[in-house]
Parts: sequence; structure tokens; C-alpha cells
Amino acid sequence: MSQKNEEVVYLDNNATTCVAPEVVEAMMPYLTQFYGNPSSMYNFGGQVGESLKIARKQVADLIGADPEEITFTSCGTESDSTAILSALQSFPEKRHIVTTRVEHPAVKNLCDTVDTLTGHKHRITRLKVDAEGMLDLDEYKAALGDDTAIVSVMWANNETGVIFPIEEMARIAKERGILFHTDAVQAVGKVPINLKELEVDFLSISGHKLHAPKGVGVLYVKRGTPYTPFLAGGHQEHGRRGGTENVASIVGLGKACELAAAKMEEENTRVKALRDKLEQGLLASIPNSMLNGHKTERLPNTANVSFEYVEGEAILLHMNRYKICASSGSACTSGSLEPSHVLRAMGVPFTAAHGSIRFSLSVYNTEAEVDFVLEKMPEIIESLRKMSPFWKGDQT
Amino acid sequence: MWEYTDKVQEHFLNPRNVGEVDDANGTGDVGSLACGDALKLTIKVDENDVITDAKFKTFGCASAIASSSALTEMIKGMPVSEAEKITNEDIADFLGGLPKEKMHCSVMGREALEAAIADFRGMVLPMAEGEIVCECFGVTDIEVRRAIQESNLRSVEEITNFTKAGGGCGKCEDKLRAILEETVVGAKQVKLEDAAPKRMTTLQKIKKIEEVLEREVRPGLRKDGGDIELIDVDGDFVIVSLRGACKSCHKSQTTIKEYVEVKLRELVLDTLIVEEAN
Repeated sequence: MSQKNEEVVYLDNNATTCVAPEVVEAMMPYLTQFYGNPSSMYNFGGQVGESLKIARKQVADLIGADPEEITFTSCGTESDSTAILSALQSFPEKRHIVTTRVEHPAVKNLCDTVDTLTGHKHRITRLKVDAEGMLDLDEYKAALGDDTAIVSVMWANNETGVIFPIEEMARIAKERGILFHTDAVQAVGKVPINLKELEVDFLSISGHKLHAPKGVGVLYVKRGTPYTPFLAGGHQEHGRRGGTENVASIVGLGKACELAAAKMEEENTRVKALRDKLEQGLLASIPNSMLNGHKTERLPNTANVSFEYVEGEAILLHMNRYKICASSGSACTSGSLEPSHVLRAMGVPFTAAHGSIRFSLSVYNTEAEVDFVLEKMPEIIESLRKMSPFWKGDQT
Repeated sequence: MWEYTDKVQEHFLNPRNVGEVDDANGTGDVGSLACGDALKLTIKVDENDVITDAKFKTFGCASAIASSSALTEMIKGMPVSEAEKITNEDIADFLGGLPKEKMHCSVMGREALEAAIADFRGMVLPMAEGEIVCECFGVTDIEVRRAIQESNLRSVEEITNFTKAGGGCGKCEDKLRAILEETVVGAKQVKLEDAAPKRMTTLQKIKKIEEVLEREVRPGLRKDGGDIELIDVDGDFVIVSLRGACKSCHKSQTTIKEYVEVKLRELVLDTLIVEEAN
């Protein structure tokens, strides 16, 4: 039994996930019984410190790292900021950042405001993506320069699920002596990662994307990488991040990582099969619908589908009537007036970009739920298209 | 998630008058796919200049669809001479308000109505003759000036909320700021020439507040089964009590601050603070 609300068909797992029951169980003693401070000298705190060690090992094992390379943070955003700002401080003579046009706001907005934050002028190269959301490695290579302090490229895109060739990109950066950071918030737990074999210097994780609670994250820092803390304070996390550890959540994250490792195969077979059924069913039953993102180089749980001539918020609110939860890249859901920067960077036409819906599954989704969505979506889209001045019938 | 009134949700989920009037003699087409919302309004006007039928087709979000539905309900059976006085605020009020970021949906309704009436009369709308200031959303300087004056806009952000101008690449923000300054300064000069009294006695203030509540506020609230009563005026503090459906509405504070207070500041004194009686 999952912890999620059984009345709801929850297909928005790239936004957040339910906390796994095993995770809740693991956390409970640290919210009730074992409340000692892990930095304390006495046993009552020391035993809590031991639990952090276990969690650190569980996280490290999931991504092929050493426990000493794991620093617990408050979220993926903090991890991203720490990695990039640390690199800039480590190489003050280098003022160039290479990133992409499709990053999560955690990286995108940091790069947009980095001059204000640091008081120095930086040059930012934002790599283009093609119509399938993929990067051009030649453009990437050409972008790297002697003044490049860090490359920050997401492992998998949160909107389309498209997976970038991180292994190769990190290797290329290393050859040029440039630090490499990847925001792997969407990838960790869904695809195999072995950092021992990669030239990745920094990697960000967010707990609530893999069935741990919100408010806990991880920054992986490869041994030997120059590092400057983002939060100054006590000596916690080996001086890498001040502040008393969020013990219960860290224990939960450790457990979630252990579960993710055990369920990786299910994620890549059963969940992927459900995702494919949903995606193919939608494309087959709803005319003028299309997939956004690469067909194969994609997370097993994510399908971003556009329904032409209708608007995303309107679709989501109709889905809400049936308690189906998903996300849209439409402008109206975000408070902005333009559709998703990711879809725009991919050149998705306006006819489709405004009507994009992201379905993101988890191991807790069932075939019955997918069948229910496949039953309801055609009538939702049809009802809105009847109202659309641009819809002239089947326009394929 | 946006906070939509029950009436917005109702009109979105059960829109009235969807489609196109078969024998329409007025059509208003506004917005575009690129902009993210568009509305086609068709009307049938009889020989007495009464709008006997109105239908819409809308591409857009919940508030765009609800605004379109509300508009058709408002104008059916109305003489054209009355319909042309409908403002975007009237459409928003009919729906019990819209989130401020969504006010452009009500503006789109008003523009479609104007376009349909102009089409019925065989006229060309002046909006189309303006200079495009926002390339992303094709908004002209005339539209921006009009929105500033009609809705008493005082910032570029508000202009974006009402017209979408500046909501794309943001390159037109300086132009919008310049238009705002010109328009507001112009409006202030006109007001000075009007020589409106700068100070009011308490009695004058109360009378003016009562008048505005009666004329501008109550009709909107009554449409939703509510009402408002003036309890006291103490300096700039106006104490009111909501009645009927408005009393128990979970958005009563929004009604008081974003509707009643805005109206009283606009039409009575810009320093008034409206509060609900305990």
C-alpha cells in the first residue's frame, strides 16, 4: 500500500512524490524518540549521528559515490546554488558559465542573477536544444573556454524527461580542466548512476523527487574538488554545510535511496510500460496531439504531450474534476504570460506549446489509473476544442 | 493554483452560449494562438438595435473562457447603445472578480465586444491603428493608454496584468513606463483643471462613500446574492459590513480590499482604508 491519496490519480511525480511508507516508518523514531543533536558528545545524540552515517552510505550507494562525498542540504536548489557559487569562488579569475536553455529555474535563475549575487560580471553561455530537446555536443565543445569556471547541465529535463549525455559532457569538461555540475534531481532513482566512473564534480539530489520528504537534498562533491560552503556556520557535514542536520528527513532520504535502488528495475520496466501505454493511447485516441521530447533518450516515467488548439490550464482544471493530477507548460499555470521556456527552446509551435501536459508516473501508479486517464482525456480535449476558435475538426 | 471565484469556475466548467451565431451580423475576433488566448464573438442585432443572440469561441485558460461566457450572458437582450458601455471591470465584476494577473482576460472580452459592434456598424476599430509597443503580444500604444486610464493603472506590472504588454521578452518595459508616465501626468493635469475639491468634510465624505457604494459596489455584490453596509467613517478608515452571500464567502477580504477599497479610492479619496466591522 502506498501513502498516496487513493482517490487521486497522481501523475505529477516530477513535481513531487508521495513519501514511501517505508520511509515514514524509518523516520518516525527520529521525530519522536531519538531527538538528540547528532553533534552532541553523549550517547543520546551520538546514536543519532550514527543514523546519519547509515543514510549517507545509502545515498552514496545509489549513485556510486563514497559516503564522504555526500553533503546533506535542504533541497536541490540549495545544492545547485552551492555547486555553482562554490566553483566561481574557487576560480575567481574565471567568469564564464556554460549551461543550457532548458535548465530548471534553480539553475536558470541563479545564472540570471549571478552578477548581482557575486558582485562580478559573468559571461553565461546557454546551449541550444533541438526539436527533440537534445543538445549539440559540437556547440558544447565550442562553448568551453579558458575562462570557463563551471559547466552546469541537468541530467534529465524535468518537463520532457529528455536525458543529456552527461558522461561524455563531463569527460569533455575534465579534459579542459573545467568543473562539471549536474542537476540530477529528476534522474536519481530512475536511471542508473555510477559516479565512480564519471568525471562529474558536483551532483544535486532532491529528496521529495524520490519518495523522501520535502526539505532535504544532497550535494555530491567529488573527492578533491575545490569547495567553498554556501552556508557558513558550525562544523556540521565536515564543515561543508553549517546548520544542525534535518535528521529525520535525512534518515528518510537514505531509506528512499535504498528503495529506489531496489525498484530501479521496476521503474525501467513496469513504470516505463505504463508510461508508454499512456503516451501511445493519448496519441492514438486524440487527433492533433504530439509528444514533446526525444522518443527514447528519456526518463522512463515522463511523457510530455501537447494537444493542439487548447490551453493547458483549461485542460488541467477539467482533469481536476476527475482528480487527475498533472502539470502543464502553458503560460497560464505559471503566472507568466509565455509558455514553458523548455518547449520554446525546443521550437514547439505555439499551437502545441500552450496545450502541453506533463504526465509523470511513479512506482505507485497502476494500470487501472492509466486506463482511467485514457478514458477521460479524449472527452476533455474534445469539449475544449469545441470551444476553440482555431479548431476546425480533425486537422491531421 | 489560481484562486477563482465560484462563479468563474461555474462559467468555466459550464460555459453558456458556446459556438457561433448562424446569422450573425457582427463578429469580433481578438487575440491569437501566439498570445495564448483568443476570442471570437458573434452577435445578432435586430432592427431595434438590440442584441438578440451572442455566442463565443475561446482558446484560453479558465478565466478567458469564463469571461467570454459572462460577456455573452451580459449582452444578450441588451441594446447596442448599452452594450458598448460595458467595460472589462464590468465583466470581472459579473464573475465576482478575477485574479489580478488574469484581468487581461476580461479586457479581451471587452475588446471582442467592441470589435463585434464595430463590425456590425461597418466601422474600423481605432485600436488597430495604434503603434505596436509590445511585439510579443501585438499590443498597441492606444490599448495601453486606454487600459491605464480606464483601470487606473499605476505600474508596468499592472499594465501587463491588464493588456499582456511586457509579459514576453520584456524589451518594451521602458516604452510602457514612458506611456504610463505620459498618461498619468496627463490625467493629473486634467484633474487639476477640473478643480475638484481637495478636502472633504466628514459629512461630504460619508455622502460620497454612500453614493459610490450604491452606484458602483452594491449592484455587483447583489448579483452574487450579497450586499454591503457602511457602518462608520473615522478619518480615512471606512468600516463596512458585508451581507448575505458575501458575508460567508471565504474571499470576503479580497472583496473588501481589491474591490470595495479600490473603488472608493478611485472615486472618493485615494487615501481611504476599508475594513470589515468585527
